Amino acid sequence: MNPFNAVCKRIGAGWDNRSLMADAISVQRPDDPATTPGPVAAVQLSGLWREFGERAVLRDVTLDVPAGSTLSVLGPNGAGKTTLLRILATLLRPTAGEVSVLGSALPPDAWRVRGRIGYLAHEPLLYRDLTGAENLRFQARLHGLPGDGAERIGWLLDALRMSRRADEQVRNLSAGMVQRLAVCRALLHEPELLLLDEPTSHLDPEAAGIVEPLLGPDPGRTRVVVSHDVDAALAQADLVLALRAGGTVAYAGPASGLSAGDARAIYGGAP
Amino acid sequence: MIRRPSTLDALRAILAKDLRVELRTLQSVPAMALFAVTTFVLFRYGLDRKSLSGGLAAGVLLATILFAAILGVNRLFVAERDEGGFDAIRLAPVDGTALLGAKATALVIYLLLLEAIAVPAFALFFLDTWSGIPPLIGVLLLADVGLAATGVLISSIAANSRARDLLVPLVLLPLLVPVMIAAAGAAQQLLAAGGPSYDGVAKWLAVLAFYDMTFAAVGFAVRLPPRGLATPPTTLV
Repeated sequence: MNPFNAVCKRIGAGWDNRSLMADAISVQRPDDPATTPGPVAAVQLSGLWREFGERAVLRDVTLDVPAGSTLSVLGPNGAGKTTLLRILATLLRPTAGEVSVLGSALPPDAWRVRGRIGYLAHEPLLYRDLTGAENLRFQARLHGLPGDGAERIGWLLDALRMSRRADEQVRNLSAGMVQRLAVCRALLHEPELLLLDEPTSHLDPEAAGIVEPLLGPDPGRTRVVVSHDVDAALAQADLVLALRAGGTVAYAGPASGLSAGDARAIYGGAP
Repeated sequence: MIRRPSTLDALRAILAKDLRVELRTLQSVPAMALFAVTTFVLFRYGLDRKSLSGGLAAGVLLATILFAAILGVNRLFVAERDEGGFDAIRLAPVDGTALLGAKATALVIYLLLLEAIAVPAFALFFLDTWSGIPPLIGVLLLADVGLAATGVLISSIAANSRARDLLVPLVLLPLLVPVMIAAAGAAQQLLAAGGPSYDGVAKWLAVLAFYDMTFAAVGFAVRLPPRGLATPPTTLV
């Protein structure tokens, strides 16, 4: 029986989340990056809980993500994937548990890691009444880039084929173009940690192909990627965190330990 | 390597962004000015007076500016709330002081633009002599600073509330009572019938300045803590 099925069986048997998590990891222990000596963890989660009012959206998430690796976060709607990214982006406080990002504990040392994180959210985080170039210059100034980041902005706009539309107000651009600008914004300050929430949403296949080399795996950059494209997520990931609706952990471990079929099974869970 | 802009650089960037958006959309200042001029028309016919002086003139002018300012205060953080600006700014290595300072400065600029239209309109509607207007500028400037310091604090608190349009006037207006008392105390002397008088004006200006400093200090102390997170230190390492 593979580890995922073993975990699923024990969920049915009513095991608590902590033992499930421990079990999932213990099954994977021989090649678990979280337990073998290796590079410093860029993200460390220990017993992370997040509740909104009475409702828990993340329950007891424990995971280490080594620097330079890619973590794919899978799960159905309402599983807490975006909440997890917002906690890692320092935008949301965990209810309980310990979170460390790039060596700084959150939330007390959140200010230390701001400027080292690139966050591509559902929302583009761009002002609709400014042009794409004005938005990027504003972000460059906030990140203290030399020369208001003119060189970097020009390079990114060229790479994403947005140079010709950069002087149009964001409100007049299509959703795909806005997403490309959002990619520019997230990459502008060359972040060490990339948090990507469905990075290819709104993008047609050609645009997704343009974006891919910029957002893809890079040894100098840790990535946490939320995606509903199970095959692509597993192909790119070093680690996988699979969440069930309600934020319980179904699997946390190396990508090699989770088959695409088992990953898809997570989406069948009742909310 | 991480780069951090100085608080002043970040403040300038946010202020320039806000002014650019306002210039492009004309959402705040024209509405404030139109509201003020319309209110003067209502006062003119409601009071059935062609000439005002002293306390009544000061009250009409300052109450109108105060209510017009509420329109601007309500809109201060609209783009940040609706377009993800809060998140974008919080993701940058920027001290919260920069955001509050930029918004307060923007509000002072909006108020000065409002007054550049409202005060001449008020004088045309109600004043027999314009001699009280030049010294009135100092009073209005100090009142603007107090209004901006308090308004930004309340607006930032209310920004993520569903009842923000109600919350801002309900919380802000009581806090601004001292500003109104002091500004009206000074302005009624300057708008006195027969020309400005300077008796007691210095005392009221001192009260305004004290209020301004108090709320600027409160704003600096609380800054704008990122939602639910510890406030970063002023000097970032």
